[in-house]
Amino acid sequence: MSVDTATVKKVASLARIAISDADAERMAPELNNILGWIEQLGEVNTHDVEPMTAVIPNTLRLRADVITEGQQRDAVLANAPQGDHGFFTVPKVVE
Amino acid sequence: MSALTDLGVAAIRNGVRDGEFSAREVAEAFNTAVAGAKALNAFIVETPDHALAAADAADKARAAGDTLKPLAGVPIGMKDLFATKGVQTTAASHILEGFKPVYESTVSHKLWEAGAGMLGKLNLDQFAMGSSNETSYFGNVISPWRRNDGGNTPLAPGGSSGGSSAAIAARLCPAATGTDTGGSIRQPAAFTGISGIKPTYGRCSRWGVVAFASSLDQAGPMARDVRDCAILLEAMTGFDPKDSTSLDMPVPKWEAGLSADLRGKRVGIPAEYRMDGTPAEIEALWQQGIDWLKDAGAEIVEVSLPHTKYALPAYYIIAPAEASSNLARYDGVRYGLRELAEGQNLQDMYAATRAAGFGDEVKRRILIGTYVLSAGFYDAYYTQAQKVRTLIARDFDNAWSQCDLLLTPTAPSAAFGLGEKVDPLAMYLNDVFTVPASLAGVPAMSVPGGLDAAGLPLGLQIIGKPFDEQGVLNAGLAIEQRAGFTARPQPWW
Repeated sequence: MSVDTATVKKVASLARIAISDADAERMAPELNNILGWIEQLGEVNTHDVEPMTAVIPNTLRLRADVITEGQQRDAVLANAPQGDHGFFTVPKVVE
Repeated sequence: MSALTDLGVAAIRNGVRDGEFSAREVAEAFNTAVAGAKALNAFIVETPDHALAAADAADKARAAGDTLKPLAGVPIGMKDLFATKGVQTTAASHILEGFKPVYESTVSHKLWEAGAGMLGKLNLDQFAMGSSNETSYFGNVISPWRRNDGGNTPLAPGGSSGGSSAAIAARLCPAATGTDTGGSIRQPAAFTGISGIKPTYGRCSRWGVVAFASSLDQAGPMARDVRDCAILLEAMTGFDPKDSTSLDMPVPKWEAGLSADLRGKRVGIPAEYRMDGTPAEIEALWQQGIDWLKDAGAEIVEVSLPHTKYALPAYYIIAPAEASSNLARYDGVRYGLRELAEGQNLQDMYAATRAAGFGDEVKRRILIGTYVLSAGFYDAYYTQAQKVRTLIARDFDNAWSQCDLLLTPTAPSAAFGLGEKVDPLAMYLNDVFTVPASLAGVPAMSVPGGLDAAGLPLGLQIIGKPFDEQGVLNAGLAIEQRAGFTARPQPWW
């Protein structure tokens, strides 16, 4: 598997990270080096092996369906880069 | 009497309790040390008032004859990965620069409830991604240690908890919190001649800890000796309903349970950790560690962990995959940085914010994670890695039928120079001895064993069964007592 510059740009777009052509070109060989090394996992026989889901056996707890923390609008918005009228605001998404 | 900043957690706790000195004197001494050590760049934010307030509360309680809290009068450093209410929490990133949480992480909350005070927020690798503390947006942490060649080569304090390790080694704080995803407590502890333990996955709540790889992230204490680690660990652990993977188990009395008598214990030496290229000094220290544990009464057995060589590549799929998902939350909408040029739309804003806010190593890992989780590659990479993780955990389970503990080196080298490892892959390989225990979720600790020819500390790692932190601490104590490690960096900062 070889990752080219176009693939790096596509993955960066999926990850919502703007990337310049120069950076994509610089990163392609780095990622290839890492992914090439990772590929040795393919030689492990994992037939009949279940993928790990919980490293320490634990049961997922349920709790009562009640409000535990509420009425904290101002705290929730306290670190917003931009807020207005008690909401987060973003650039217009609907024309 | 020695300087107050030379004292560890137990000595400060006992001294305050017995009235040998006031908690305020201790806090002032450490505040002064922190303020005078800017050259190490160990702290991102200093919080001398927090430390003084906790100290005054301890002194007041003592004057009133109240029962003192377990950490009354003990000031500590807090890795800047823990959310601290009203105090900037950045994960050493630009994207969280200026972020002041409106809540407190469970672990830090427990420490303040136990009476500890905060000296400041400690520098780290950005989002805890790194092994040298060179990926912080706020600059490298410089190790207080130097080689004995008379040169001034700045050395790595290890990573990602490099601010913690440097500050403790330099006597800027008696102890600090760390977090360990693939070795981020143990490797920096080894590089700086201190102790640190990663408990069983789930012991410390992850609530309020900036997430890197949630199935691996585990907080733990770092300090200058095993007892101090035990004291802090007791204060940090415990069930938290706010973390779905928190262990609902009682917290053992680890300090009271400390014993360096290892009679009846079997310690396994995993053959696969004997790797080509390991420096002879590390091999020799490992053998010395074996002899020390024998001397403490342990029986030594050879064991095999056959999938060890696959731990690192599996880790570098699983951790980036989880990171790419966890870090999706940094979008410029709810908190942190926002980059938005005139006329840009929402998608542009996401991409520009994340491009400006994440450092290179963070981007690299997000890209790897996104790639291995993308359609068509998911099974070949991610599912295969999770299957290999099952096999690695099974290796440990099998070993426990032959032994109670494992002894290995902590890292394949002593501290390297800042800027010496430029290849990302070469940096990843530094975690070769620490990652397997992370993937298996078992407790593991590093204790200092000695110095190499260049005068730099080397660490030994003890790995234990799930929930057997006591066994790990006890073996650490047995090594500590025999190693007699008293070396310390000579102040140049």
